[in-house]
Amino acid sequence: MCVAVPMKVVEVGEFDCVAEIDGVRKSANIMTLDDVKVGDYIMVHAGFAIAKLDPVTAEETLTLMRRIVESEGGAA
Amino acid sequence: MRDDIIMLGHGSGGKMTSDLLAKVILPALYAGGEIPELEDCARLPLPAGDICFTTDSYVVDPFIFPGGDIGDLAVNGTINDLAMGGAKPLYISVGFVLEEGLPIEDFMVALKSMNRAAREAGVKIACGDTKVVPRGRGDKIFINTSGIGMARKGVTISSRNAAPGDMMIINGSIGDHGIAIMSVREGLKFESPVVSDTAALHTLVDALYEAEVEVHVMRDPTRGGLATVSVEIAETAGVGIRLNERAIPMTPAVAGACEVLGLDPMYVANEGKMIILTPERDAQKALAVMRSHPLGKEAAIIGEVYAADRPKVTVTSSVGGTRIVNKLPGELLPRIC
Amino acid sequence: MKYIEDFRDQKLAAKLLDDLARVAGRLNRKATLMEVCGTHTMSIYRHGLKGMFPPQIKLVSGPGCPVCVTPMGYVDLAIELARKPGVIITTFGDMIKVPGRSSSLARERGLGADVRVVYSPPDAVGIARANPDRQVVFLGVGFETTAPSVAGAIVLARRGGVSNYSVLCAHKVMPEPMEALTSGELKLDGYICPAHVSAIIGEEGYKPLAEKYGIPCVITGFEPLDIIRGVTMLVRQVAEGRAEVENEYDRVVLPGGNKKAQALLADVFVKADAVWRGLGLIPQSGLSIAPGYAQYDAAKKFALAEPDSRENPACICGEILKGLKEPLDCKLFGKTCDPENPIGACMVSSEGTCAAEYRYGERRPAHA
Repeated sequence: MCVAVPMKVVEVGEFDCVAEIDGVRKSANIMTLDDVKVGDYIMVHAGFAIAKLDPVTAEETLTLMRRIVESEGGAA
Repeated sequence: MRDDIIMLGHGSGGKMTSDLLAKVILPALYAGGEIPELEDCARLPLPAGDICFTTDSYVVDPFIFPGGDIGDLAVNGTINDLAMGGAKPLYISVGFVLEEGLPIEDFMVALKSMNRAAREAGVKIACGDTKVVPRGRGDKIFINTSGIGMARKGVTISSRNAAPGDMMIINGSIGDHGIAIMSVREGLKFESPVVSDTAALHTLVDALYEAEVEVHVMRDPTRGGLATVSVEIAETAGVGIRLNERAIPMTPAVAGACEVLGLDPMYVANEGKMIILTPERDAQKALAVMRSHPLGKEAAIIGEVYAADRPKVTVTSSVGGTRIVNKLPGELLPRIC
Repeated sequence: MKYIEDFRDQKLAAKLLDDLARVAGRLNRKATLMEVCGTHTMSIYRHGLKGMFPPQIKLVSGPGCPVCVTPMGYVDLAIELARKPGVIITTFGDMIKVPGRSSSLARERGLGADVRVVYSPPDAVGIARANPDRQVVFLGVGFETTAPSVAGAIVLARRGGVSNYSVLCAHKVMPEPMEALTSGELKLDGYICPAHVSAIIGEEGYKPLAEKYGIPCVITGFEPLDIIRGVTMLVRQVAEGRAEVENEYDRVVLPGGNKKAQALLADVFVKADAVWRGLGLIPQSGLSIAPGYAQYDAAKKFALAEPDSRENPACICGEILKGLKEPLDCKLFGKTCDPENPIGACMVSSEGTCAAEYRYGERRPAHA
């Protein structure tokens, strides 16, 4: 529903972490996520991490989009 | 001076005031130069012709921030108002309203910055005033500066001069000042800190005139940002302006900070940036002139003016769509929704 | 900006739009698609996407702006609290300018009330800790994306023994309003489902919309490429006569959503009937604070009355929120009603349909 920013975890604590995007660092609460590690990507909304972003799926999505060919019934 | 904070007595006009002036304010404001005689007014020589006159007040929290302080803003901001009119800045006045309890050490930071900014710009601080208000009645320090400059002969700068076919050029990245301020307030940390871009732009303006660039409009996008200034120009001149989002310079850190805070960078304040509108035939020359000046290394052509039946500012988005830009209704607030 | 810029790529957008046009060409009539998330509305406007979609697609905006659908009476309650001595109101920036019946929080601040914008609900708990002799109230507005952070802050307050903190709760949930809209006058061909609400609640909640009401649903991300792709997936379903729940935003949304967040919500909140500004009462569509956390419920703590939900009769926001009318159809739009003086829900937040149209659209009323 609301804006959330994909940020990379650079430091992890028990309930909080420090995440960054383009060199901008802010702390985020991770109490609703399991097993957060440095290097993970998290979606941050109002200082809370609400979900992880899976880089593998993200790359797959982009690849899929890039493969859409100029023909009938292109892939979705 | 043994006092470490500003007290009500410093504003009362008696010995405490003269001590504050003699031991703190004047030595700092005039360091490296001559402290003027204190009279009720300053008598100054003016060249023949028109003068340009401007005033501005500075109320920023925090007043010391990454890249500068309120003193830098107070001098550079007023110099820039004159420079945007094509004028050569000559004299500024300075009025302080200080809150009881302000640490004198912090006040000195601002004073030293004003001295440095004025000397670098070749501008004389001609007169000043200091008042003190009780604790809780003022936000630490307010500064008013008024500036007098010499109008450039044969030059009338006005937003009215924006003409279809003009190109809009900016001298560098947007959002630095506003984000530098917000970052302190919101506890953002940076790997490479975002710093305020506060700077005096008059020598950049000089360079443009020396190169005989035909300048139709000059504006500095301070509060309200690039969007507000563009809308004001469009409304005054009755034209359309089309901006290209991809061409607008922005550092990744500012872009990231805007995403994190939910701010639109087009509305974020700048303190060392200017936009010019120049006919297409002079655009490349203007760009080259800007890029060879220290304050214009990242200069870019970011938009164009077109004839429109009603004033309009549009942005071509990064994916190629079009949206309309309006003035900010009120405060610039971070949003989560 | 990694995972943002990539999904704003102009060349890819062009390719995806071509694909969309091809799929839309298979439709034998116009398809009406509704997005129920204010962030989708804003993103479509910000990137200028509306003008780029093929003519067979009609996009309508639904009641997905939580600030807009909060009754004006809630703001009046917040103002009532702000005027009490010793109370600090903490809120997201979105609520500051929203007008109540005769004032706003911005105005109350000008008159001396202590109203503070916070970035994150735990920051409000921090303010309570730092001001033990004051009462801190947080304005809890937002959908399931935001509610976990508000719940988390309450849990942090309990753990930290902070008792001078409470929440004035007006949270709302999806997909109840989406179901309520299916019984209305609008014939919907598909739902663009919210991105981050879905990250919390997963896919299950939308299944009845597809299975019982035959409306295709696609969970869609907020970036331009996501929106184009999500719309394409919806149009493909319509063209092929399918009605399923699909997930375009699978890099973030898991089928089961965020279980820990759901558990947190179930612990701190209970579902309740809620009044949606412009739509009326929708059963079990809101959240109130669970009895176990009653000490953090500002409505109980301050013995507040139910918020007044009467509306201005000239306002057509209800029809706009249901997708039946557009901002430019409204007599008040751009005249008596604008972002500085909003009359109804749709103009209230910068994310509301009318506010987005006002800010990013053409502003020319249809009958002017």
